[in-house]
Amino acid sequence: MQIEAALGRAGLWFLLLLLSVAVAATAKDAGFAAHAVIIGVIAFVMIWVTAGRFDPIAGGRTFFKMPDTPSVYDDEIVRWGALATMFWGVIGLLAGVFIASQMAFPWLNIEPYLNFGRLRPLHTSAVIFAFGGNALLATSFYVVQRTCRTQLALPSLARFVFWGYQLFIVLAATGYVLGVTQSREYAEPEWYVDLWLTIVWVAYLVVFVATLLKRNEPHIYVANWFYLAFIVTIAMLHVVNNLAVPVSFLGSRSYSAFAGVQDALTQWWYGHNAVGFFLTAGFLAMMYYFVPKQAERPIYSYRLSIIHFWSLIFLYIWAGPHHLHYTALPDWAQTLGMVFSVMLWMPSWGGMINGLMTLNGAWDKVRTDPIIRMMVMALAFYGMSTFEGPMLSIKSVNSLSHYTDWTIGHVHSGALGWNGMITFACLYYLFPRLWGRERMYSLRMINWHFWLATLGIVFYAASMWVAGVTQGLMWREYGPDGYLVNSFADTVAALHPMFLMRMFGGLLYLSGALVMTYNVWMTLAGKLRNEAPMTETPHDADRDKPIVDSRPPAAAGAAPDAVPAE
Amino acid sequence: MTFYEELRHFADSIGLLAMLLIYLGLCLWPFRPGAKRRTNKAANSIFKDEADGQ
Repeated sequence: MQIEAALGRAGLWFLLLLLSVAVAATAKDAGFAAHAVIIGVIAFVMIWVTAGRFDPIAGGRTFFKMPDTPSVYDDEIVRWGALATMFWGVIGLLAGVFIASQMAFPWLNIEPYLNFGRLRPLHTSAVIFAFGGNALLATSFYVVQRTCRTQLALPSLARFVFWGYQLFIVLAATGYVLGVTQSREYAEPEWYVDLWLTIVWVAYLVVFVATLLKRNEPHIYVANWFYLAFIVTIAMLHVVNNLAVPVSFLGSRSYSAFAGVQDALTQWWYGHNAVGFFLTAGFLAMMYYFVPKQAERPIYSYRLSIIHFWSLIFLYIWAGPHHLHYTALPDWAQTLGMVFSVMLWMPSWGGMINGLMTLNGAWDKVRTDPIIRMMVMALAFYGMSTFEGPMLSIKSVNSLSHYTDWTIGHVHSGALGWNGMITFACLYYLFPRLWGRERMYSLRMINWHFWLATLGIVFYAASMWVAGVTQGLMWREYGPDGYLVNSFADTVAALHPMFLMRMFGGLLYLSGALVMTYNVWMTLAGKLRNEAPMTETPHDADRDKPIVDSRPPAAAGAAPDAVPAE
Repeated sequence: MTFYEELRHFADSIGLLAMLLIYLGLCLWPFRPGAKRRTNKAANSIFKDEADGQ
C-alpha cells in the first residue's frame, strides 16, 4: 500500500474512533455505549493495521490462497466462511446445551447477563444466522463461481460482505447479553444493527448478481436460483419486519412501526419466511449442488427441481399466520395460513425425493461414503420436518401442540437434522478441496460424527414429542368443578426427565461437532489418518472361479436328477 | 370504495388468477417440447469443473 493511501485510510479510521468515543460518552444506555466501544476498538485496531502498513493476512495470504490471476476461482472468502461456520457452530451449539441445562437446573441462570431470556436469542441467532448464515455465504460464493465458471465479481465488496456480516453477529450477540433487544423472535437486534445488516445484505446481493451477470455458462444452474431467492427474500423480510422508530439516535431502544395484531402478523410473516427462505431455500441450494457432486451423478430430475423452486416461492410466503392460530388474527387469515402450510407438504417432498433419488443406482455409497450418508440423513430429516410442520399447522392439532415443547422438537428435527447435517456434509466436501488436501483427515471420524449427531437428534426430538404432548394434555385438563387440574408449575415438574434427555441429546450433537472440529483441524494441518477404509468388499480367491461341473461332487455320476417327492 | 377495498378486490380476483397462471406457466415451462435435452444439459453442467478449488 502507498504511504499516502495508508495515511488517508488511517485518518478515516481515526475519525471513526473519535466518533465512537463521542457516541460512547453521550449514549443514552449502557448497551449502546458498549457497542460504540466495540466499533471504537475495531477502528483502533484498523489504525494500527493500516498505519503500520502491517498486513495481518500476509501470512494468511498463503494459507487462504488469494488468487492473483482471473484463471482461478476466488476462494479466500469461502475459506474464511468455512472456518467461521465451524467456529460459530460450536459456539451456538454450546449455548444451546447450556440453555437446555438451564431448563433442567434453574440455578444455572446467572443473573443478569447469562439468564435464559438473554442466552436463548444468543443460541438461536448463533446457530441460524452465524452458523447457517456463514455456511450460506461460503457455499453461495463457492457454488456461484463454479456453476457460472467465472471468478467472483467485486472481490473487495465480497470481503466487506463477509467481515461486515461477522460484525453484525458480534453486535447482535453482545447486545443480547447486555439486554439490547427489540423482542422480535429471530429479529432481536435493534435498529442500528438492523441498518448495518441491510447495508451488508445489499452488498451481498450486488456481489452475487454481478457474478451471475459475468457468467460464462449460458444456463444459470438451479442452485443459484435458490440462493438468489434466499438473498432477495431475506432482504425484503428484514427491511419490512424491522421498520421501527428509534427513541434516540444515541440509544439502543426503538419502537415498531406496527401495532397490535398487524405487528404480530408482520413478525410471523417474517419469522416463518426466515425458516422458508433462510433455512430452506438457501440450504436447498446447497443440496442441489453438493449432493449431485458428492454422488457424482446429476440431480434425479432437473424439471422437478424447477417445480420445487416455483412452488416454494409461491406457497411459502403465505404460511406465516399458522404461528398465530387462536389469537386476535382474523379467522380467515389463520385458515389461509393453515391451507398454504398443508399445500407446502407436496413441493417439500418433491424436493426430498429429488435429492434422495439422485442416489438411484449408487445407493451403495450410503454404506461406503459417510458424507453421502450425512446428506441422506439430512434429506430424510427435511422430509420428516416438512411433514410434521404442515401437520402441526392444522388448527385442531395446533390447539394441542401450540406453546408446548413439541414445537421446539419440530424446529430442532429440522434445524439439527436438515440444516445441521447438510451443512456438515457440505463442509466435509469443501475443506479438503479448499485447502488442496487429498481427503479429510479421517473418514471414520465423519462416521462417528454422523452417529453422534443422529443419536443426539433422536434423543432431542423424541423427548420433546413426549414433553409437548404431556404439556398440551396437562394444560387442557379440566376437573369436574370446571377448574384446570394442573398449575403451570405442575407441568414443568412433570417435564423434568424429558428436559434431562433433551440436554443429553444436545450434548451428543455438540460432541459430534467437536469430533468434526478436530478432524478439520488435522485436515488443515495437512495430516491424513492411517485407518482402515470404511468398507472392505471381501474377496475369496478360492471361490472366484468358474464352475466346471454344474452338479455337486456327491451327485456327479449318480442317477439322473430325481424330482424330490412332495 | 376505499383504496383498501379496491386493492382487496383486485387481489382476490385478477391478482389471484394472474398469480395462479404465472405459477402454472413457470412450472409447465420445462415440460414444453424439446426442453428435456436442455434440462439434461443443465443438470450435467456442474460436472464440467473438475479443478475444484483451483
